[in-house]
Amino acid sequence: MSAVLANMQGAVAPATTKAIAPSRGERPWTFYVLASLFALYVLALYGPMICIYILSFQDIRGGLVFPMKGHSLHWFVDLFTQVRTGDVKGSFDRSIRLAVIVTIITVVISFLAGLGFRRRFAGDAVVFYMMIGSLVAPGLVLGLGTGLLFQAFGLNASWYTSALGAQLSWTLPFGVLVMFAVMSRYDRAWDEAAYDLGASRWQTIWLVIVPVLAPGIVAVALFGFTLSYDEFARSLQTAGSLNTLPLEIWSMTLNVTSPSLYALGTVTTIISFIVIGASLGTIVLIQKKRGRGAKD
Amino acid sequence: MAIERGDIELAGVCKSFDGLTNVVDGVNLKIADGAYCCFIGPSGCGKTTILRMIAGHEDPTAGEIVIGGQNVVGLAPVQRRTAMMFQSYALFPHLTVRENIAFALRVRGMSKIDRLRAADAMIEKVRLTSFADRLPAQLSGGQQQRVALARAAITEPRVLLLDEPLSALDEQLRVQMRQELRRMQQELGITFIHVTHTQLEAIALADLVVVMEQGRIKQAGPARDAYAHPHDRYVAEFMGGQNVLSGRVEKVNGASFVLAQAAPDGIEVPLQARAKISVGDTVDIAVRRDDVTLVRPGQTLPAGCSTSLPSRVLAIEYQGYFVKVMLDTVPDDEFVAYVPEKTFFADPLNVGDVVLATWATDRARPLA
Repeated sequence: MSAVLANMQGAVAPATTKAIAPSRGERPWTFYVLASLFALYVLALYGPMICIYILSFQDIRGGLVFPMKGHSLHWFVDLFTQVRTGDVKGSFDRSIRLAVIVTIITVVISFLAGLGFRRRFAGDAVVFYMMIGSLVAPGLVLGLGTGLLFQAFGLNASWYTSALGAQLSWTLPFGVLVMFAVMSRYDRAWDEAAYDLGASRWQTIWLVIVPVLAPGIVAVALFGFTLSYDEFARSLQTAGSLNTLPLEIWSMTLNVTSPSLYALGTVTTIISFIVIGASLGTIVLIQKKRGRGAKD
Repeated sequence: MAIERGDIELAGVCKSFDGLTNVVDGVNLKIADGAYCCFIGPSGCGKTTILRMIAGHEDPTAGEIVIGGQNVVGLAPVQRRTAMMFQSYALFPHLTVRENIAFALRVRGMSKIDRLRAADAMIEKVRLTSFADRLPAQLSGGQQQRVALARAAITEPRVLLLDEPLSALDEQLRVQMRQELRRMQQELGITFIHVTHTQLEAIALADLVVVMEQGRIKQAGPARDAYAHPHDRYVAEFMGGQNVLSGRVEKVNGASFVLAQAAPDGIEVPLQARAKISVGDTVDIAVRRDDVTLVRPGQTLPAGCSTSLPSRVLAIEYQGYFVKVMLDTVPDDEFVAYVPEKTFFADPLNVGDVVLATWATDRARPLA
């Protein structure tokens, strides 16, 4: 009897050790396959950019390809002092202004669309698909069409008219889609509660809807800004005689053969990071302000 | 003209959302100033719609809503001096407890110092002082409910409307908050209208219970009336605690009539106020479950019992202070006896036992 028991214990023991094995930190082989796949993906994503940033810090002997020759900020100085490299400062200025205008219009219209689409109305699906339909159109074709339309009406194409319109056809659908996602978490009972407590429509918007949705609104603004700031295809045929920054960079790639092109890439990236950082910082600040009561 | 009293009168109030069917269908009701009124009914019976119409969040399709002597149809909630507590509480997620409670004063343009002082006083009243700077998401369900109550009460409304206020809480908290609601109502001295689908909640709280079905009021009266003296089969079954039997009238003699049933001598029922019963009618009668006594066959019936229905025990549920015995007394309908715990365990029954279900003749009541 006791022999049988001992036998059973012996038979059970190996099974137990086997079952415990995976928790000892050994990873299945699939982990290594997926991890290398991810590493390749990250390399493909950031490798090209990092090449540009590295090469922009060469000294005066620098060329367009590796190996790197020395290190200095020469090409950054060159970028802002040399006229032959193109109108970097002017185009940067225009791009920022355009992006700000686009951001404001995108935020306001997306917010209002979000408010409008909270309840169903006749033809809401048609309106919705018309709004996001322009996402399907190829940007170059849409830009070309906008240019033609302005010509047909006898209007001059410029960055603040035709290019603005063409860019909005790109940023608005995105803004509206993000806003819908944000709005889906808004409880209509908050509106009713505000009304019940005596708030006017305006007070409800300013004291309840806007603050509740603030993080989402910042996200929409960020979308609008970055999409506009590096928009190329739609602006190409609509910017008129004065270039936006992406168009300027593109024309520089055709005739500038110095690392100042790379310096420009580095500078614009830094600007993007500042904008994104500021936006995320704002969101974090909003959340933190809300959470400040949690400390007691 | 400011509304000073919280008495409410609904006159022929109808509401239709699609123009075809009335969700609320010709409701007439008077609620006294300072009463605690519970609307009760299954979901979709129109009770919440009535509440929202009194609150000013829906307009009636027809009829008048009078608060404190003034027809308030078309007025904003603030002008009606009503305040609503929403089912989800609808606390503003970006505002602290104090700011939530002060919101109504803020939109009225009261200075920050004054409104926060008033809010703090209210916070004390609902015993949330240590939570004043928290956000709603950092509170428990019961605390959120107290914030919602304080936020609604700070404008000193004459009528407070509560939409299923306890449905989001667990059982223990529900009983506790129930007492708190009643305490607040007495403290504030205003009319409370409370919508629920739980009959225990309604009878525990209300001065006036309004039982609804499909947009109509089936019975409105004191809690004890609705529970102990239901008008008809619907109210009896909805409020619970009653056995409803139906049958054809065999005999009418003076003060009582006899209902044909599977009992040797039928069921004898006192006539009471209902005099329009004649032989051949089909009538519903109600017998309270706690009035039913179970006797083993062969034993003598208790005094005053003229009816005994042979039944088989289908199921037994122990409920603590009483035992719920389910019987096959009448085909199709449920028949239940609530037997006091001590009585039951003096001679415990088992499933399948045959017993006689009997009750004092004067405890049976005819229904409309």
